[in-house]
Amino acid sequence: MPTQISGNATESPSRSPMTIGLPLPRGDARAKACGREPYAADLFPENLLLAQALRSGLPCGRLLELDLEEARQIPGIVAILTAKDVPGSNRQGIIHKDMPVLVEDRIRYCGDPVALLIAENKEAIRSAMSCIRIHAEPSPGVFDLDEAMAENAPLVHEDKPGNMLAKATIQKGKPDFDACAAVVEGWFETPVQAHGFLETEAGTACLLEDGTLRMEVSTQSPFRDRLEISHALGIPFMQVHIHAPSLGGGFGGKDGATVQCLLGLAALHCPGRSVKMLWEREESFVAGYKRHACRMHYRLGALADGSLHSLHARLWYDTGAYAHLGPEVMELGMEHAAGPYRIPHNLTEGFCVHTHTPTGGAMRAFGVCQVSFAFESMMDMLAEKLKQDPLELRLRNALHRGDTNGAGVLLESSTSLAACLEGIRNHPLWQTRRQWQKEAPPFCIRGTGLAAVFNAAGYGGGVRDAAIAKIEMDVKGHFIVHNAVTDMGQGNSSAFLQIAGHILRQSAEALSLRQPDTRSAYPSGSSSAGRTTYTFGKALISACEELASRLINRAGLILFLQNDEGLVLEPGRVRHEPSGRSVSLEQLASFMSLEERVCLGQFIAPVCREVPDTSRGFFIGFPHVIFGYGAHLARVEVDTLTGRVQVKDYLALTDGGAVLNPSMFDQQVQGGVAQGIGYALYEDFITEKGVVKTKDFTTYLMPGSLDLPDILSLAPPVEEEESGPFGMKGIGEVAMNGPLPAIANALRDAGCRRIHKAPIMAEAVLGSLENR
Amino acid sequence: MSKPPENSPISFFLNGSPLSLSVAPGRRVVDLLREDLHLTGTKEGCGTGECGACTLLVDGFPMLSCLMLAAQLEGRNIETVESLEKDPVGEKLITSFEEKGAVQCGYCIPGMEMTALALLRNHPEADREDIRKSLSGNLCRCTGYVKILDAVEDTAKKLTAPKEMP
Repeated sequence: MPTQISGNATESPSRSPMTIGLPLPRGDARAKACGREPYAADLFPENLLLAQALRSGLPCGRLLELDLEEARQIPGIVAILTAKDVPGSNRQGIIHKDMPVLVEDRIRYCGDPVALLIAENKEAIRSAMSCIRIHAEPSPGVFDLDEAMAENAPLVHEDKPGNMLAKATIQKGKPDFDACAAVVEGWFETPVQAHGFLETEAGTACLLEDGTLRMEVSTQSPFRDRLEISHALGIPFMQVHIHAPSLGGGFGGKDGATVQCLLGLAALHCPGRSVKMLWEREESFVAGYKRHACRMHYRLGALADGSLHSLHARLWYDTGAYAHLGPEVMELGMEHAAGPYRIPHNLTEGFCVHTHTPTGGAMRAFGVCQVSFAFESMMDMLAEKLKQDPLELRLRNALHRGDTNGAGVLLESSTSLAACLEGIRNHPLWQTRRQWQKEAPPFCIRGTGLAAVFNAAGYGGGVRDAAIAKIEMDVKGHFIVHNAVTDMGQGNSSAFLQIAGHILRQSAEALSLRQPDTRSAYPSGSSSAGRTTYTFGKALISACEELASRLINRAGLILFLQNDEGLVLEPGRVRHEPSGRSVSLEQLASFMSLEERVCLGQFIAPVCREVPDTSRGFFIGFPHVIFGYGAHLARVEVDTLTGRVQVKDYLALTDGGAVLNPSMFDQQVQGGVAQGIGYALYEDFITEKGVVKTKDFTTYLMPGSLDLPDILSLAPPVEEEESGPFGMKGIGEVAMNGPLPAIANALRDAGCRRIHKAPIMAEAVLGSLENR
Repeated sequence: MSKPPENSPISFFLNGSPLSLSVAPGRRVVDLLREDLHLTGTKEGCGTGECGACTLLVDGFPMLSCLMLAAQLEGRNIETVESLEKDPVGEKLITSFEEKGAVQCGYCIPGMEMTALALLRNHPEADREDIRKSLSGNLCRCTGYVKILDAVEDTAKKLTAPKEMP
């Protein structure tokens, strides 16, 4: 039975209809706060088997043989499967199918799975793991960008010469640095970041008697998972039935197959029994997807008045062992490489490079937070060189509607960066910054830094970005929203309830939501790219409007009215205003067949009308037409004796179009900023010669409550996004982009030398204070 | 393989009710709760005592159930998130978490609430900085903690507000 969340189960329910724009409590909050919300990791069906992958532990080499006989004798072991037991292509990958479910021969990173163990209990798996011998022939690998791109470097994939997975350019105009009055230049480096969701990769699966492979899994892409499983395991795609309960966090790391194909494989071998796979934290660190490390070289030139003129950017993304979404991540970074600015001449070159390290994949701000560090550092370097105010320099160059962006795309949608920057200019945290700086305690220095950021929403050109929403009224006159895009915590489920309640004029109690299920909802794409509420929300509006007009029409029939005039939906009923007569929704429902009580709505996101001829080597996903914008301010204090950096104040102004729910808007911004501060100061996923060194939360540091200030989120007056539901556009990603550059700029403002490498550790800060 | 060690009987109070059962010596409390007793409100985020998601109360003190063996529960009084609605402070916490927008993915929330419950029972006067310190062992990846602190502070205010005259 799919799980349902109720609209809002607070005590003393109000019967007023839900309204767009109000900070209504989330529909899932109470169930989660009571521990009742079922996550994939929480499912323990009867007669459960456990499955776990044995991982290579070796970053590069050839798998020769596995000694499995002793392990197979261990009581409780049901099966141990290897590549030859995989019935299909044995290849997974969202776009590029290069990742084996189980390794046949080539081992490309330390987390490559070589065998799949299925057992009655954990103890049996543990014992079996310890007595399997992996016979493998290690070979020299490439563990960073330099090694991977060296001449005659060992290849991660034989069909990728030079370990180059993808190579692309964006060229707009022709950069000419001789024409510039000021030119700045720099190298920048960003680390691998782990998603760090608290619910690790998890799911259960069962092969039913009718041949259905049923799976409940923590996934951002339930509909696409069917294709991946079907391709990898060679079973018909309609035979795969996926249900995606609420996720205990996702952030991109559950977009694409994690446990799915392994779990499906296990279930196929144990018909009729449920199999569970739950990665331990260490396995999640080793085998989960990661944010790409990136190295960037930037050269930026401006005219004497501060107008940006020319940019040459080169970006190298380390994509690890498998493609996953590496080229797409790089391409989105390239599309944002010139920042949210008007710049007539831009040459951006991107390189996506394989190494024998864990696979880079999707993560919030998908390739963009890397370039944000570079372009926003460059803007401050330019301001310094031109002796201009960094805020005014940004305002002078900020994109407006009607401009073309750095990728040459004409911006015809809402573009309110300037309103965000003006919000900073008028804010006391900016206005009092010099006084605050002077009040630094002994042995401390203080500084204030800015960042202007943007992030595309949606899949971009070449991929249909569409959703199909379904709303149902049950026989009691209660409404069910059939969500089709996973809620990984961002609250789209609650936004959908608010949208449906608003249109149907119903209170929260009259609505519930069913989480994505591939047999009762319709394909609506992944929960990603800041598209979830935007795309599905728009489809839901049309479904709800259709249902509303149908209910009014049916009520008119029952009330013997000539036409629908004067009939309005109200909580629990349709009322004829002139006469005061009404029909309850329960009565109405009893007059309607199931077919009549269900409405579907569709939406296809807008695409660029005139795609500029600026990109070369792009596969899909170019260009985007809708962007969220933000302006961020960080005030930092540095202990000059230890180099310790504390973010004392943080302010984020975000242009997300119209705000559907201010409380949920703040949630997204505060959460994105928190991950961004972690990225700036603490988080560093380290491998040495391809072996993971940060396998727990003691070595991989995510910010705790003492590490963050009370992040302030504001929504300035902005243009509505006409194409979006009630004027909104997605803001799940953009907040992630600000903290690293804002903090780096604040450190420079405090008096440190410019820091080019993240995370910004105390040692580097101390070093940057020497010989100032 | 050697014969597995035998189970031992243990008795304790779970959310107010006495409970006697037989457990394997190596059974962790978090597994006993989630797998055997189907109390899945208590979450496991790391298994190594770093994230706080599995926090429950043992005789009123917040403890990490991923680092405890079931045998350690003998004679103790255990409270999990499933008991919150029936607890006067717990119910206020749930309502504050809901109303203040403290819940996103929700996976850390039971642990947060149990830590906050122990704090507020003993120190209803706790201020924002006390709360921040108290919750520093509970990781949250979604919220940046702002609204979680708002929620616990809200509960503290409700607890210390002067009682209305009947």
